[in-house]
Amino acid sequence: MKYVIMFTSTPELDAAVSPEHAEQVYRRVYEWFGTHADRITDSGAELQPVTTATTVTHSGGAPVVTDGPFSEAKEVIGGFSVIDVDDLDAAIAMVKTWPMLELPGNSVEIRPMVVDYSHMEQ
Amino acid sequence: MSETDAAVPDPDGLRAAASDRLLAGVLREESARIVAALTGWLGSLDLAEESVAEAIEEALREWRTRGVPPNPGGWLTQAARHNALDRIRREKRYREKLALLAEPETAAPERGADEPDERLPLLFGCCHPALSPDAQLALTLRAICGLTTAQIAHATLTPESTIAQRIVRAKRKIGATGIPLRIPEGAERAQRLDIVLTVVSVMYTEAHLVAGGDATADRDLADDAIWLARVVAHELPGEAEAHGLLALLLFHRAREGARAVEGELVLLAEQDRTRWDRALILEAHAVLERAAMLRRPGRWQLHAAIAACHTDAPDGGATDWLQVLTLYDMLRAYDRSPIVRLNRAVALAEIDGPRAALDEVDALRDDLAAYHLWHAVRARMLRGLGRDDEAMAEDLCALELTANEAERRLLAARAGR
Repeated sequence: MKYVIMFTSTPELDAAVSPEHAEQVYRRVYEWFGTHADRITDSGAELQPVTTATTVTHSGGAPVVTDGPFSEAKEVIGGFSVIDVDDLDAAIAMVKTWPMLELPGNSVEIRPMVVDYSHMEQ
Repeated sequence: MSETDAAVPDPDGLRAAASDRLLAGVLREESARIVAALTGWLGSLDLAEESVAEAIEEALREWRTRGVPPNPGGWLTQAARHNALDRIRREKRYREKLALLAEPETAAPERGADEPDERLPLLFGCCHPALSPDAQLALTLRAICGLTTAQIAHATLTPESTIAQRIVRAKRKIGATGIPLRIPEGAERAQRLDIVLTVVSVMYTEAHLVAGGDATADRDLADDAIWLARVVAHELPGEAEAHGLLALLLFHRAREGARAVEGELVLLAEQDRTRWDRALILEAHAVLERAAMLRRPGRWQLHAAIAACHTDAPDGGATDWLQVLTLYDMLRAYDRSPIVRLNRAVALAEIDGPRAALDEVDALRDDLAAYHLWHAVRARMLRGLGRDDEAMAEDLCALELTANEAERRLLAARAGR
C-alpha cells in the first residue's frame, strides 16, 4: 500500500535544539533515507520554513491571498515522502525509526494514498 | 452453568424459547470465526462484519422464540453469506467483487489442533492502536463477542447512533489504512497484547459501572470479558500476561456473589466470604501459577496477585497488607496510573497509618479530583485521623460524582444521608 508520510515539527521548540545536535540528527536523516530506499517510491520534498508560507482562500466570492499557513496550529509540516509497504504496521515500524522523532515537538503523520478511482467512474 | 456450557445448544431447548444467556453463549462462540472466514472470502472486513451483524439480529429474533437450531454456526454462516451477496448486488461499489468471488466451502473446514485460532488475528486488528480505545471496545464487542449495536449501547451507556458510527468508522479505517488482521511478532507483540488485555479488562469493568444500573444488573459484559480472556490465554499459552488477566478477572468474578446483597453494594472488607465461589478461586490460583511459571512478570499478573491476597484472607482483618503494599510497589514499575497509586495508598494506610496515606492521596488531587473513589478514599483517611467533618464532606463529594445507583446508596449510607 502507498502512504504519504508527513514530517511535522513545532518551530517554537526548534530553537531549544543545539546546532550540534541538529546536525547529528540530520546526518542520521540522510542515512534513514538510504536504509529505506527500497520502500520510498518518492522521496518527496523538504519544505522551506513555515514563515515563507502564503495561503490562498476563497472569501466574498473571490480568491484572497494572505501571509502565513492555512492553519493556526503550532505544529507545521516540514516535508513529506511517499512510501510503498505491505500494511500500516510496516509503515509504523518504518516511521518509528525516523531520527527527528527524538527532537521535541516532532511527529510523523501517516496517511494512505487514494490509488483506486474506479468508484468514481460512471 | 459455566461459560462453556452456555455455548452448547441444549437439545431440549430446541423447541423452547432460548434464554438470553444461552443466546449470548452461542453467538460469542460463533461470531468471530464467521467474521474471520467471511473477511477472507470477501476481502473486506467491513462487508463481512456488517453481514454477520445482520445475521445475528436475525438469529436473535428467530431463536429467542423458536430455540437454537442444531448447528447454529452453519445457520449464521448461511445467513451472513446471504446478507453479503445481497449487499454486493445492491451496492455498486461492491459489484465487481461478485465476479471475483469463489464459491465458498459449504462446510467450515475442521480446524486442526495445531492451527492458530482465526479469531485472534481479528482481535488484534480490532484492538489496533491506530483506533481509539472507544472504537477498539465497540468493535471487539460486536465483531468478536457478537453483541448487537443496541446491546453495546445499553451496556456502555452510549447512544446507539454513536456506537454505530464508531463501529463503521473503525471498520472503514481498518480497510482504508491497511491495518493488518494479524498477531504481531517480535518486540511489537507485548505492547499490542497489552492493548488487547486492556480492552478485555475495560469490558469487565464496564459491566459494573453501568450508571443507573443496580449492582446485580448487566452481568453480561463481565461474562463476555471472562470468555474472551479465556480465549486469549488458551490461544496464546506462552503469554504470561494473558494468563495474568484471566486470573485477575476470575478472582473478581469469584467474589461477585458477595459484592451485592439485594441490590446493595457490600465493601470487600465486609463481604460474606462464604458467598465467594471457591471453585473459581481455585481456578484463578491455578491460572496465576501457570503465568508465574512462564517467568515473565507484568502488570496484569501483579494485579491478579493483589486480588489473590484479598481473596486468600479468611476475613477482612486478616488481609496481609504488607504483601499487598509490596505488590503495589512492584506494580508501580509497570503501571504508573494514578488509580494504582490511589489503591496503593489504601494499603499504605494499613501499614504506615492514615497520615502517610493521606499525603499520598492528596498528591493525586490534580489527576483524580473528578473520580468519586478518590474522594471516598480520602474520606476514609480523614475518618482514620478523627477529622469526621471533612470526611463527611468528601463522602458527599463522592456521592455527587457517581452515577451508579448502588454506589450512591452505599456512599449515602456512609454520609448519613
